[in-house]
Amino acid sequence: MTPKKTYIHDYCTIENNEIVLNGTSIFKAEPTTFGDFSKQAYRNFDIQYPKFFKMDALSKLAFLGAELLLSPITSSEKENNIALILANNSSSLDTDVKYQESISDKENYFPSPAVFVYTLPNICLGEISIRHQLKSENSFFIFDAFNTEFMSHYANILLDSDKADSVLCGWVEFFDDNYKAFLCTISKEENTKYKNQTIKTLYNK
Amino acid sequence: MEALKEELKNKIITTLNLEDITLEDIHDNDPLFGDGLGLDSIDALELIVILDKDYGIKLVDPKEGKTIFQSIETMAAYIQANRTK
Repeated sequence: MTPKKTYIHDYCTIENNEIVLNGTSIFKAEPTTFGDFSKQAYRNFDIQYPKFFKMDALSKLAFLGAELLLSPITSSEKENNIALILANNSSSLDTDVKYQESISDKENYFPSPAVFVYTLPNICLGEISIRHQLKSENSFFIFDAFNTEFMSHYANILLDSDKADSVLCGWVEFFDDNYKAFLCTISKEENTKYKNQTIKTLYNK
Repeated sequence: MEALKEELKNKIITTLNLEDITLEDIHDNDPLFGDGLGLDSIDALELIVILDKDYGIKLVDPKEGKTIFQSIETMAAYIQANRTK
């Protein structure tokens, strides 16, 4: 059986204090920390989700990208069969280091449960799933660099086998206040916007 | 006691990252969980850490938390009666 063609629908890039949606800059802040930038972005898009402020930086980064791509296509009225496939290089190391620092002094040993719960990279998938009420397949991979062929192949398998109606996939890297997120939505529904583009060409734009 | 309550409110806002909540939003007898401040199970664990770290109180039985963390009023009363620092 010939696999059915799949199409990129929307994509979003977050880096250097700027959010770009489908090639257009939609939010830019003056140079600042990611914590401040993410808070400004949350306010700018009028997101109503106080749990955002409890998330670690990696989850905030993934959440913001997913919010822009999934909010227009998800509904609380129906099941949203959207698979999530994300990857990065540093795993949850940024939060791991913070947690380790909180337990390194035996005389002042007060590990924070709220930090500990983010010491796995796939927690950001859970945050996105809770927000958009997804019960679909999700996976998080650690790569040296964004493996676009793998991502594209995995997304196509999920769509061809009807495991998902759409796939949100991409790269969400965060360590020591250096970050880049690239997320896109893919489905079998025809879309000619990016017919000559691939995940790789959009990521490298 | 009033100073302790205000101190607790400040600690809760800061430690639990309650970004959109101000001191005035937290009333002494409001429930901290459920319909009140809407804290969750991880927040409950953070409150146990606050008791230990800032007031020298180790909760031996976590079930006690249900009574202690009902409100700022109950939390302050428990701390005042049991604090070691």
